[in-house]
Amino acid sequence: MADEGATLAPVISLSSLGKRFDSEPPVDALVEVNLVVSAGEWVAIVGPSGSGKSTLLNIVGCLDTQTSGSYRFDGIEVSDLSDKQRAGLRCRGIGFVFQSFHLLAHRSVTDNVMLADVYRMAPLHDRRARATAALDTVGLGHRAEFLPTRLSGGERQRVAIARAIAGSPRLLLCDEPTGNLDSTTTSAVLELFAELNRQGITIMMITHEHDVAERAGREVHITDGVLSERA
Amino acid sequence: MRLPRTRRNRPIDRELVAPSGMTVRDLCNEATAGLFARPGRTVLTVFGTVIGLASLVATLGLSRTAGNQIVGRFDELAVTEIVVSPKPAATTNTTTQVLPWDAPTRLGRLNGVAAAGNLSTLDVGARLVAASPVSDPQNQTAFKMTVTAASPGLFRAVRAVLRTGAIIDPVQSIRAERVAVLGPNAATRLGISRLDQLPAVMIGDDVYLVIGILDSVARQPDLLGAVIIPEGTAQRYYRLSHPGLVVVETDIGASSLIAQQIPVALRPDNPRSLKIVSPPGPKRVRDAVQNDLDLLFLILGGVSLLVGAIGIANVTLVSVIERTGEIGLRRALGASRRHIGQQFLLESTTVGIVGGVLGASLGTLVVVAVSAYQQWTPVLDPLAPFLAPVVGGLTGLVSGTYPALRATRLEPVEALRSGT
Repeated sequence: MADEGATLAPVISLSSLGKRFDSEPPVDALVEVNLVVSAGEWVAIVGPSGSGKSTLLNIVGCLDTQTSGSYRFDGIEVSDLSDKQRAGLRCRGIGFVFQSFHLLAHRSVTDNVMLADVYRMAPLHDRRARATAALDTVGLGHRAEFLPTRLSGGERQRVAIARAIAGSPRLLLCDEPTGNLDSTTTSAVLELFAELNRQGITIMMITHEHDVAERAGREVHITDGVLSERA
Repeated sequence: MRLPRTRRNRPIDRELVAPSGMTVRDLCNEATAGLFARPGRTVLTVFGTVIGLASLVATLGLSRTAGNQIVGRFDELAVTEIVVSPKPAATTNTTTQVLPWDAPTRLGRLNGVAAAGNLSTLDVGARLVAASPVSDPQNQTAFKMTVTAASPGLFRAVRAVLRTGAIIDPVQSIRAERVAVLGPNAATRLGISRLDQLPAVMIGDDVYLVIGILDSVARQPDLLGAVIIPEGTAQRYYRLSHPGLVVVETDIGASSLIAQQIPVALRPDNPRSLKIVSPPGPKRVRDAVQNDLDLLFLILGGVSLLVGAIGIANVTLVSVIERTGEIGLRRALGASRRHIGQQFLLESTTVGIVGGVLGASLGTLVVVAVSAYQQWTPVLDPLAPFLAPVVGGLTGLVSGTYPALRATRLEPVEALRSGT
């Protein structure tokens, strides 16, 4: 599937995208960013701290808006959408995976995975089945009723990934997903991403670790808000 | 707007950008889960509201109960007393303006009259009252005192309590015997405390045997310092032509009816010649007492509730700050600002409602317990226990408004970055 990705319609299309923060003096976090991510691609955005990669991720994740240029998600101009519509786009189109997992400590693993379905208003009977399937995909079917506090770091990240993929999003958006994991766990989680990508899931991953980026099919560098492609 | 064009070109996008939603059931589930995530803290927060509303319900109930008790005692005396006197003579023909001697007997026939008696203050001129016929130049032994004439029924009508001896009986009155009953203050002034040596008092030059000393009277407090002699005696020796006034005690609730019947019963020939005094509407007195108490206790209860409300606001605010990461996550998962605000508002409102229910129960128990201890009748506005959860819920809603607004204003980017 990954090989066919380039021929499919773009999931993300950024053209001349800019983000300026109105601080004193103003800071250009992103400058003239052009990027097209096609369906089924796995793109790693690599850059040092403060390079603008988190800003890019927030804009791509519809959590923030650009100050110039165009961002199309699945052909839709995101800057034309209202706050509510962007919330709708986030819940149906994008699955998030964060460095610090963001699991609700007092809810079971299954409940955590089902949380995303709350805002999609999915029928109740579908939710558990979907959560179970997602947990099986990440290999945590046997931990379904555990509390996240009883899981290892790697397992927690797998739960977060299960939550992100449960709604079959167009894009899996990952912010330093292995930042809090040791090397063994990192490679296991990366293997999981590879497997998901093979199943056709489009992944955009932000990282500052080159060995993590190398697992992605495509590596894009960002420095001082300027994007540069590397094959 | 470029979106409509895009939508026309790609109909599938309409579903993708449809606003996210949340069912009521999910909202309730999420709020409940939020409350149970930190049960200890939730219990403590609820406790604040419980105290506030319990004190509100308890103070309202106790004020009503105590007010009822105070007014009840007041009622018993006030509502059952009627004083009848002749109207001041407008003409010289005074014979039409007088009370009949047999007024107590006539009134006793009315259904609802518990007791009735004549009371007349005698004009004793310059006569002094003394306990001894011997005049002691060193000490004052003779005093200027009120001398009153009473019919036998008066003592019951004024609820006189005897300290010692006996009250005047009808025979003594008919035979115009020279006997006297002393009010407690009169007895003290005259130095008489015992009757076993048959003490006597001199009214002017006449000797009266003291047959009884009163301890107290509930009405006509002038009697406390008076020398009371039989009515018949007063007629014979002081030329008392007619009773001064009639004191009537009615059964509870009968006073207004009796007050209407008295003029006809006593002076069917000239009912308008009598002045009937029954104390002003006790219901109005009751309401006034009630309102004063209610206001005081409402303020106290309100302050307690305010403290509870600040507690909820404080804890909800702490909760919002602590759950910044969760708020960010929910926003990333598709929650709109409204969904976040609704969840926190529902959480704080639930705390208020639960506090209201528990507070109303506790407050009612306090009212019942205090009433049982004081042997009072517990009185509670039936609306209070049902309004308490509503007030609690509103308190939670208002208290949660600011924290909820704070939560909705959080930018998901910031929230995700700062929260864990």
